[in-house]
Amino acid sequence: MIDIRGLAKSFDGHKVLEGLDLRIETGETMVIIGRSGCGKSVLLKHIIGLVKPDAGAIAVDGEDISQLSGRSLDRLRLRFGMLFQSAALFDSMNVGENVSFALREHTTLAPDAITQRVHDCLQLVGLQDIDQRYPAQLSGGMRKRVGLARALAIGPEMILYDEPTTGIDPIMADLINDLIIALHDQLKVTSIVVTHDMVSAYKVADRIAMLYNGRIVEVGSPDAIRASKNPVVQQFIRGEANGPIQEGLPDRDVFKRWTARADINFRPTIEDR
Amino acid sequence: MITRLNAPLLDTTAAAGAWAVRASWYAGSLALLFVQTLGGWLTRPLRFRAVLYELWKIGVQSWFIVAISSLFIGMVLAFQSAYQMQKLAAEIYIASLVSLSVVREIGPVITALIVAGRVGSAIAAELGTMKVTEQIDALQTLAADPVHYLVVPRFLAMIVALPFLTLWADAIGILGGLIIGTMKLGILPSLYWKMTTLPLLFKDLFSGLLKAFIFGMIICIVSCFEGFRTQGGAEGVGRGTTVAVVSSFLLIIAADCLITALLYFVWR
Repeated sequence: MIDIRGLAKSFDGHKVLEGLDLRIETGETMVIIGRSGCGKSVLLKHIIGLVKPDAGAIAVDGEDISQLSGRSLDRLRLRFGMLFQSAALFDSMNVGENVSFALREHTTLAPDAITQRVHDCLQLVGLQDIDQRYPAQLSGGMRKRVGLARALAIGPEMILYDEPTTGIDPIMADLINDLIIALHDQLKVTSIVVTHDMVSAYKVADRIAMLYNGRIVEVGSPDAIRASKNPVVQQFIRGEANGPIQEGLPDRDVFKRWTARADINFRPTIEDR
Repeated sequence: MITRLNAPLLDTTAAAGAWAVRASWYAGSLALLFVQTLGGWLTRPLRFRAVLYELWKIGVQSWFIVAISSLFIGMVLAFQSAYQMQKLAAEIYIASLVSLSVVREIGPVITALIVAGRVGSAIAAELGTMKVTEQIDALQTLAADPVHYLVVPRFLAMIVALPFLTLWADAIGILGGLIIGTMKLGILPSLYWKMTTLPLLFKDLFSGLLKAFIFGMIICIVSCFEGFRTQGGAEGVGRGTTVAVVSSFLLIIAADCLITALLYFVWR
C-alpha cells in the first residue's frame, strides 16, 4: 500500500503540490488525471524517491520513502518499475542493454537467462529483433515500449506509468492498456498511471484521482468519476474549454479577435530583389 | 543622509558578499561531489570495462591533438628564446630552457587545457543531456547511483590518463625544441640532449605529474558537476558545457599557481 499524507512541494517559490493526500491499495490500478503541468509527474517522482517533499510523507508498505537514502532507498526502488514520459532510454546502450540494465546490475542471472528475459519483455510490448538497435534508431512509440519493457524486466511489485499512451498510435495504446490490465489481473501488480487520455483512464483504472491546484479533488471508480458533480472534474473529463478551469487558457477577447481575424491584415511576404 | 552617502559602498559590499556566497556554494558543491566520488570508488565494486572505455576516450583519442599542440609549443619556445639568447651568444641554453618550461609548466597545463576543452566539454554535454532527458532519473529508479555509475569511471580514467598524456606532451614538446635547436640553430643533437637533461631534477618531473593528476580531478569533477546541474533543454546543455570549460580553465590555472608556489617556494 502507498499512503501519501500532506505532500507539499514548491519549485522556485511556485507551489506544485499543496498538502496532497492519496492512498493506493496493494494490487489496485490508480489513474491520476489532471491538466498538463499540474504536478502529476512530480507526484510520481515523489513516490519513487526521486524528489524530496517540502512537507508530508509517502509511506510504501509503512516505510517513508522520503526518509530513506543509500542502499535502503535502492532496495525499495527495486520493488518499483517506472515508465518515463519521454521513455528516458540510455542513449549509449542498445535496446537489449537498456532492458537488461537492472538484471545485469542487481542479479546473478546467467547471460543466457538475461537474454531470454529481455526477449520475453520485448515480446510482451510487441517488439522483437530490435535488441541491437540504439534508441536514436527507434520511433517515439517504440522507445516508449522499450521503456515499458525495461520497467517490467525486474518483475516489479509496483509500476509507475507516466503518460503511457501519449505519442503512441491508438491500436498500440490499446495494447498497452491491455498489458496494464493483464499485469493487474494476473500478477496483482500495483499500478499508478498518470495520464490525460480519458479512454485509457476509464479502461485500466480501478479508481481515478483528479489532481487540481496541488490537491486531489476527487477520487472514485471510473463510474463515480463519470457521475461526479464536481464541475472541475466534469470540465476535465469532458474536455471542455468552458468551465471553472481557466488557468493557462487564452483571454476570450483576444481569442475571438484572432479567430475573426479582425485586426490581422498582414501576411508575411518574401520580396523579389 | 549617511545611508545615501554610503549607498554605492553598500551596493558594492552586497555584490561582493553575494559573489562570495555563490563562490562558497560552488566550492562546497564540488567538494561534496569529490567526496561522493571517492566514496563510490572505495565502497562499491569497480566497473573495469567502463574505466577502460573512458581511458580510451580520454587518453587514446587525445594523444594526437596533444602531440601536435606540444610539438608547436616546443618549437615556439625554442624560437622565442633563441631570439633573445642569440644576442648573448647563449643559444645552447635554449635546450635547458625548453625542457624546464615544458616539464614543469607547459606540458601539464597545455595538456590539461586541451583535455578540459575536448573531454571536459563532452562529459558536461553528455551528462547534461542525460539530465534533461531524465536518463539520470531513470538510472536512480533502477537503483544505480549516478555518481558511482557515471562519475567514478571518468574520474579514475582522468587521473590515470592525464599524467600519461602529460609525459607524452613533455616528450613531444622537447622534440619540438630539439628540431629547432638542431636544424635552425645548428646545435649538435647530442649536445642539445645533454643540455636538455642536465638541469632536470626528479622534482621537476614530479611537480609536472602531480599537477596533471590534480588537473585531472578538477576537469572531471567540474564537468560532471555542471552536467548534473543542467536544466532547461538544449540551451541549458550548451550553457553547462561552456561553464564547465571556463570553470575548469580558471581552476587549472589557479591550481597551477598554488602547486608551483607550494613546491618551489614553501616546501623547497
